[in-house]
Amino acid sequence: MEYFLIIISAIFVNNVMLAQFLGTCPFLGVSNKISTATGMAGAVVFVITLATLVTYLINKYLLVAFGLEFLQTIAFILVIAALVQMVEIVLKKISPSLYQALGIYLPLITTNCAVLGVALSVVTKEFTFGGGAAHALNLGESVVYAFATAVGYGMALILFAGLREHLERNSVPEAFKGVPIALVTCGILAMAFMGFSGLV
Amino acid sequence: MGNNRLKILTKGFFKENPIFVLLLGMCPTLATTTSAVNGLSMGLATLFVLVLSNIVISAIAPAVPDKVHIPAYIVVIATFVTILQFAMQAYTPEMYKTLGLFIPLIVVNCIVLGRAEAFASKNGILDSALDGLGIGLGFTLSLTVLGMVREILGSGSVFGWKFLPGDGMLVFIMAPGAFIALGYLMVLFNKIAKKD
Repeated sequence: MEYFLIIISAIFVNNVMLAQFLGTCPFLGVSNKISTATGMAGAVVFVITLATLVTYLINKYLLVAFGLEFLQTIAFILVIAALVQMVEIVLKKISPSLYQALGIYLPLITTNCAVLGVALSVVTKEFTFGGGAAHALNLGESVVYAFATAVGYGMALILFAGLREHLERNSVPEAFKGVPIALVTCGILAMAFMGFSGLV
Repeated sequence: MGNNRLKILTKGFFKENPIFVLLLGMCPTLATTTSAVNGLSMGLATLFVLVLSNIVISAIAPAVPDKVHIPAYIVVIATFVTILQFAMQAYTPEMYKTLGLFIPLIVVNCIVLGRAEAFASKNGILDSALDGLGIGLGFTLSLTVLGMVREILGSGSVFGWKFLPGDGMLVFIMAPGAFIALGYLMVLFNKIAKKD
């Protein structure tokens, strides 16, 4: 039940992109076409889940154990950058087809602030789900939370790409073309997602 | 030469405005501009990191091997972000709480790494400092303006000074208002930029 609440809350109620504004740059960058958005969404789910698992363990058994919490920011970004590189190399070797699909998006992910944002917030923030007491997440909850958050990001990305494909074919005033109209559309999408608040 | 330096300093306000022209650093832009003061603080925090990391990176760039230059730059940036975190926790704990996650996330703000890569690694220390200052001020100004617009519409006040009774249009303080306000400001910016 707890895991179910985490998933619903992370995907719909506190959508990482539409309610917390993490990962906006790639969101606006790759949401032109549904196919690229799907590729990016897959890569993000993969990397966020893995990065959160690794940084959670490093935080618990290395940083906290030796009283080095102040190094969190530096340590996490280095771990994420190294991890992304490693994932790229491993994928290239063991699954060339998956690498073909995700490959070009992987380097972009290091600077996607959703990755660092989720990794940092699971170890620093306290969460409440479904009226329970606020508590820090354990390993299982952290990974589920990270996975669900990434799925929420991917869903928002694909939905938005669908909207933008339609926008392309409509006539839009000159000054609105491109990013401005995308931002206003995104605002309306965020408004729709506000309807989920209070669900969990 | 002096004229050239002035250009480096002022390009961030309009010609290479990081938000409205380069579209960089969107996450803190949208998330922290719930009021003019918050926008201003976030802008100044980024300015601090941008200037110092530009100075250090321009100084070390000739000695850094090409293959590891990105990780090296990220470590420099992360160091200054950590210093900033400590300073803010000590002197402005309230603001540190309000801005929350977005202070450590300055590390992955594309503006900072972007300037390091595009400018500081190829130019002298003084020019890099000016570039950081210029782009940082442009970013701060844009955040403050966006924060002001959202605060006026959302809570009927400017910099905390309330001039309208009641709540205002709350949606502008919340997530959807951020996207819509930034979208319309960008339209305005495009209109003005076209006239030149």
